[in-house]
Amino acid sequence: MRLMETNTERVEGWNRPPVIEPDGEGELLEVAMGPHHPSTHGVFRMDLALDGERVIRLKPVFGYLHRNHEKIAEGVSYLASMPYTDRLDYICSLTNNWAYALAVEKLVGQEVPERAEYIRVILGELTRVQNHASSIGFLIQEMGASGTPLMYAFREREKILDLFESLTGSRMMCNYMRFGGCRVDVSAAWLDAARKVVAGLPGFVDEFEALLSGNEILMARCQGVGVLRPELAVNAGVTGPMLRASGVNYDIRKVDRYGIYERFKFRVPLGDHGDIFDRYMLRVLEMRESITILEQALKEIPGGPVMDSKAKIRGFRPKVGEAYGRIEAPKGELGFYLISDGSPNPYRYRVRPPSLINLTILEDMCLGHNVADVVLIFGSVDIVLGEVDR
Amino acid sequence: MKTVEEIKAAIEAGVPGAGVEVVPNPSVSAQHSLRLKPERAVEIATFLRDDAELGFDFLSNLTGVDWPDKEIAEKVKVTRQVVKTVDGVEQTVEEAAEETRKRIEPGYLEVVYHLYSVALRHGPLVLRMRTANRTDEVELPSLTAVWRSAEFQEREVFDLYGVVFTGHPDLRRLLMWDGFKDHPMRRDYVEPDDFEYEPTAHDEVLKRATAHKDREQGSGVRDQEAATE
Repeated sequence: MRLMETNTERVEGWNRPPVIEPDGEGELLEVAMGPHHPSTHGVFRMDLALDGERVIRLKPVFGYLHRNHEKIAEGVSYLASMPYTDRLDYICSLTNNWAYALAVEKLVGQEVPERAEYIRVILGELTRVQNHASSIGFLIQEMGASGTPLMYAFREREKILDLFESLTGSRMMCNYMRFGGCRVDVSAAWLDAARKVVAGLPGFVDEFEALLSGNEILMARCQGVGVLRPELAVNAGVTGPMLRASGVNYDIRKVDRYGIYERFKFRVPLGDHGDIFDRYMLRVLEMRESITILEQALKEIPGGPVMDSKAKIRGFRPKVGEAYGRIEAPKGELGFYLISDGSPNPYRYRVRPPSLINLTILEDMCLGHNVADVVLIFGSVDIVLGEVDR
Repeated sequence: MKTVEEIKAAIEAGVPGAGVEVVPNPSVSAQHSLRLKPERAVEIATFLRDDAELGFDFLSNLTGVDWPDKEIAEKVKVTRQVVKTVDGVEQTVEEAAEETRKRIEPGYLEVVYHLYSVALRHGPLVLRMRTANRTDEVELPSLTAVWRSAEFQEREVFDLYGVVFTGHPDLRRLLMWDGFKDHPMRRDYVEPDDFEYEPTAHDEVLKRATAHKDREQGSGVRDQEAATE
């Protein structure tokens, strides 16, 4: 089969996954896990070679959801791609909007008013909370705890999505940010509703933790499984909660200090072992930190315009040049690379997808583990196929 | 972080004869880049990663850009020898004139790298490399040995742009299927026709169907297998 033919040569010093020799007798079993396997979060396939239950080789196969987002974006104006970025990581449309707006603002040197920056932080952190909650919910679901934890997470996510809907008009496809600010202002009533939701979040995280963190089955299935070494994580470009769970202190909110993040007090949680349990725990802790950012932002939010008065909307033509802008999206570093040739459309539009690049080391983490663990390791990476395949 | 000029000097001190060029970026982002010679790229990349002061241990973004052949029309001043009758005598006189000349600037594929340092928390450093042309000399060295994060991204550039990364451990298409021909992100990519699904066979559709069949018969379609073998 094709799987056995590919990737047979392994060069010394290549930082490649180790070769695991099958120890049993008999032949290797080759399994195509996906593209419709319920644990793959969409249409994604892993070609596995198994020795009994042990994974000997794993090759991810992408492209089932590929629609050449980048090519489409190069054919339309800068602003026309904004609603399409919602469809990349459809769980976190607002952070996608933010990353794209940030890259274009870098390209043209656009300022953003203070109130708009606060709104962006509030929406970005709400997005992070609901993403982490639902990704933990999915992970526990895959572990066999059918329904309950996921529904707890979705109950909270629903409240946040209601906030998004009342502000932007859409629950998931928000299309809210613009180059130089935000599309509409938030009302005082919306801020009150947001404060009420945020006030309820610590209780939710406590309840979620009481349900899960000490759970014996969760510990047995997660601890020591799918370990990712910090050196390999950095070398393989892994970002976001995955990287920090391996103990690398790298949070782009702290490193780049984009937007107004230097005004808020928050800590960067780090893991010790880099296993699935650390990734789970890290997401819980990040939710708590997001809540403290939200509390500060909702208290301090100033009045003023939400759109820079000098921002150009019609006839938007950046000067010749290029820019790379990135933010700490819930799944990792989401970057946009733009080249302008002076025309209304970008000459080159590139999305740096954290979901795809975090999967580079999927094989390394899974080798030697059982098939049932592959499901969990894959779930702990937290990907959305809309962003992987673009 | 050091400026690109300082990094250039550091590279030239660390890798003698590296031949790095600074490519200025006129945009306000001021993310200037360095153009590497493909022959020395792996050496330079290893130096950038391992040098204590630079320490670019994190290759964040790797992508391709297509720059097709450009036709440039230039006005050139030329002196012509013209035969003129001056004072009743025929003479050859030199006369200045302007002429428009068209030349074709050959296109190339470019790969752009964005590097950061996790340990020293700086960046981005932008590197670029060019292929010799867009048709048969599309090889560039793979940097997967230096930064593992290049693995899938190089496969994506190979898939969508057709840059062949020599030394990549597993260079296959990433997003398109294996039997697919051509590279969809190139500027001159022609979408396949779906004339068969048009509801009515009116003139427009028939014209496109003929054009489609002509193309199918081998004119103008790049053969990916031929290029890689």
